[in-house]
Amino acid sequence: MDFRLNEDQEALQDGVRSFCSARVPHDVLHELAAGEGFDRALWRELAEMGVFNLCLAENEGGVGLGMADAVVVFAEMGRVLVPGPLIWTHLASGFIDGAATGETVVGGLDLYSVDQAPYVIEHLDQLDVILLLRREGVFRIDPREISARAIPDPLDPLTPVHECSELPKGERVLDRDDAMQFRLEASVLAAALQFGIAEACQELAVDYAKTREQFDRPIGSFQALKHILADMFVRQEIARAAAYAAGATLDDPGVGDVLRAASSAKLNAGDAAHKNARACIQVHGGMGYTWEVPAHYYLKRAWVLENSFGSIDEHAEQMASLIS
Amino acid sequence: MDLRYSESDEKFRAELRAWLDDAVPAHGEPPPTDDWDARCVYDTGWQRKLFDAGYAGIQWPREYGGRDASLTEQLVYYEEIARASAPYVGVNFVGLLHGGPTVIAEGTDAQKAKHLQKILRGEEIWCQGFSEPVAGSDLAALQTRAVRDGDDYVVNGHKIWCSFAHVAQYGELLVRTDPDVRKHAGITWLILPMDTPGIEIRPLPTLVGEGEFSEVFFEDVRVPVENRVGDENDGWRVTNVTLRFERGTAFASEMIQLQHFLADLIALARKVTRHESHAWDDRALRLEVGHLAAELDALWAMVKLSVCRANQTGVPGLEGSAIKLYYTELYQRVAELATRVLGRAALGRSDIGDRPNKMILNKMLQSLSLTIAAGTSQIQRNIIAERILGLPKERK
Ligand SMILES: Cc1cc2nc3c(=O)[nH]c(=O)nc-3n(C[C@H](O)[C@H](O)[C@H](O)COP(=O)(O)OP(=O)(O)OC[C@H]3O[C@@H](n4cnc5c(N)ncnc54)[C@H](O)[C@@H]3O)c2cc1C
Repeated sequence: MDFRLNEDQEALQDGVRSFCSARVPHDVLHELAAGEGFDRALWRELAEMGVFNLCLAENEGGVGLGMADAVVVFAEMGRVLVPGPLIWTHLASGFIDGAATGETVVGGLDLYSVDQAPYVIEHLDQLDVILLLRREGVFRIDPREISARAIPDPLDPLTPVHECSELPKGERVLDRDDAMQFRLEASVLAAALQFGIAEACQELAVDYAKTREQFDRPIGSFQALKHILADMFVRQEIARAAAYAAGATLDDPGVGDVLRAASSAKLNAGDAAHKNARACIQVHGGMGYTWEVPAHYYLKRAWVLENSFGSIDEHAEQMASLIS
Repeated sequence: MDLRYSESDEKFRAELRAWLDDAVPAHGEPPPTDDWDARCVYDTGWQRKLFDAGYAGIQWPREYGGRDASLTEQLVYYEEIARASAPYVGVNFVGLLHGGPTVIAEGTDAQKAKHLQKILRGEEIWCQGFSEPVAGSDLAALQTRAVRDGDDYVVNGHKIWCSFAHVAQYGELLVRTDPDVRKHAGITWLILPMDTPGIEIRPLPTLVGEGEFSEVFFEDVRVPVENRVGDENDGWRVTNVTLRFERGTAFASEMIQLQHFLADLIALARKVTRHESHAWDDRALRLEVGHLAAELDALWAMVKLSVCRANQTGVPGLEGSAIKLYYTELYQRVAELATRVLGRAALGRSDIGDRPNKMILNKMLQSLSLTIAAGTSQIQRNIIAERILGLPKERK
């Protein structure tokens, strides 16, 4: 066993990190928030980098990597809050034409455990294909088939949402077993994004605590803040370990229980993302409450992800039934 | 130890309740939060109605239009306005809850005569110009400079996070009048007329997306010496009076409103279905709500105790820091739980069906400021540790 990132994974991480920091710095978030919350050119660039075809076999035009690698990549995208239906498009790359290349933007609705109106769809205006993830399979519908109402004021300014009360049945594209695998992978990728949020919030807060001075010294010298920041780090590392472990377990189910690994990842990373984003605001004081400082974008995205592919409560319940 | 309200308190309650039963619905729905003109009309209009009915400034002196009533009437008042879901102080927050009280405690007769009644009548909106970019938690490090010139102070500097600055007629202003002494010793408290030439106000958008607070810049702003509250260079003492009102009593009625928020949460949980059952059928949720409700009841009891103590001294005690700390963190937990109950519908900030998304999510976002404004939670803990418990200060 060597649970550390291998050399290839480190190189992958470095590559995606430098792309993300150059292409999606914080002022781009402000621009996207003022616009449509989505950038098709960026989407194509992500595709070129291999974000969507990462786990497709090489003979199918993919990079041929596994879930552990995808977790590393998604964590990087979480760190900078890349907007868009990343998880859906990534997981659709094997069966929806054009998803792998970024030409087809695939979104969806997770109806796996709750299939009830109101249905809240992210990024509807950008979608070419909608997938409905149900227990009995994954179904494809055309965005034009549904009549949905735009919700004027989305919680996350980078995640526009529509609401509708009825859904067509759709055309089945994956069967029951594959739907279960889809849900599993989706929850692990969501956990990776959440871990990225937790880590970015910690770094943002630590940087601020080192430079901001009150009472003639850096605020980070106060134990009250040190302990908040130390807790942020611990949560982030727990989230990292759980997300990496889930990725590795999905790649090699012989090493553990995939359901349990996925639930642990989604629960811990969800908790870390939410608490670290709140703490990041608190550490920034009045600045943290402004629109200008990006801390709020992290908190708002954390809420979106908490309500995607199983909430903390749902995964806690799943854990309880898995261990009993 | 006696929790029973007197017969006259109960009589006051009955009258107030009857009045509110008509007046609240007649005042209509509050305007959207980003419509400041309408908000001012709504909030000051309500204040005027309270004044005319004799319900403004329950504990303020009668000569300035107050009711000069007992503290128990004050508590009854908080309970009743919350019960009736009456409009909250809104833009009158600073004037009614700490500016006015500071003038009552420390101001000159002329200042009292000039401002108090107008504040009570909703004719003067106040804001607070304390914090600066370099002086937040370390408020005494403030640098905005005031130099005496004849009968005026000439003010130059920069304030930040001034809530309601763009709609206020007056501000509580802290300035440095002596830069050569210990930082706490060179501060003066002034009443600032916001229409004085040389003031520039720039709104700062918040994470809620609204322009609730602003930066305020001062260039040779002349403030008459007669606007000084307390002595020159004695402003830090006066500031602590203001802060004790701000931290101690200002939150009292909001606390009862938090009980309403909890009731709204329960109503939502009874409506929202998860699988076959209602969210409220979830025992874990009921336990959490039960915990919160119990904590809230205890907190309200603590407010009563604190108000009874303050009644003897005239100024709320340091335990206000404990109340502020507990209340703000509790509020955040209620707001977070309500957001969880919304489930995926929480992705939209406008109402979906009969779900009150807008109310819940605005509260959730606004609640993030509670542990920062009026002294952060960390600062409140320091005050409790050092000034109540007498623990040694952190080493410099
Ligand atoms: C919504 C809102 C409305 C406001 N309205 C007004 C207003 O009307 N008028 C006005 O004057 N001000 C107002 N404020 C300002 C408010 O009082 C300050 O934001 C607050 O005092 C914190 O100061 P700061 O923002 O400079 O943060 P900082 O002081 O820089 O604090 C940053 C972080 O460091 C921590 N910290 C600082 N010192 C210590 C210490 N000694 N020990 C431990 N931790 C420490 C803080 O807790 C915080 O987490 C408002 C703020 C908000 C958010």
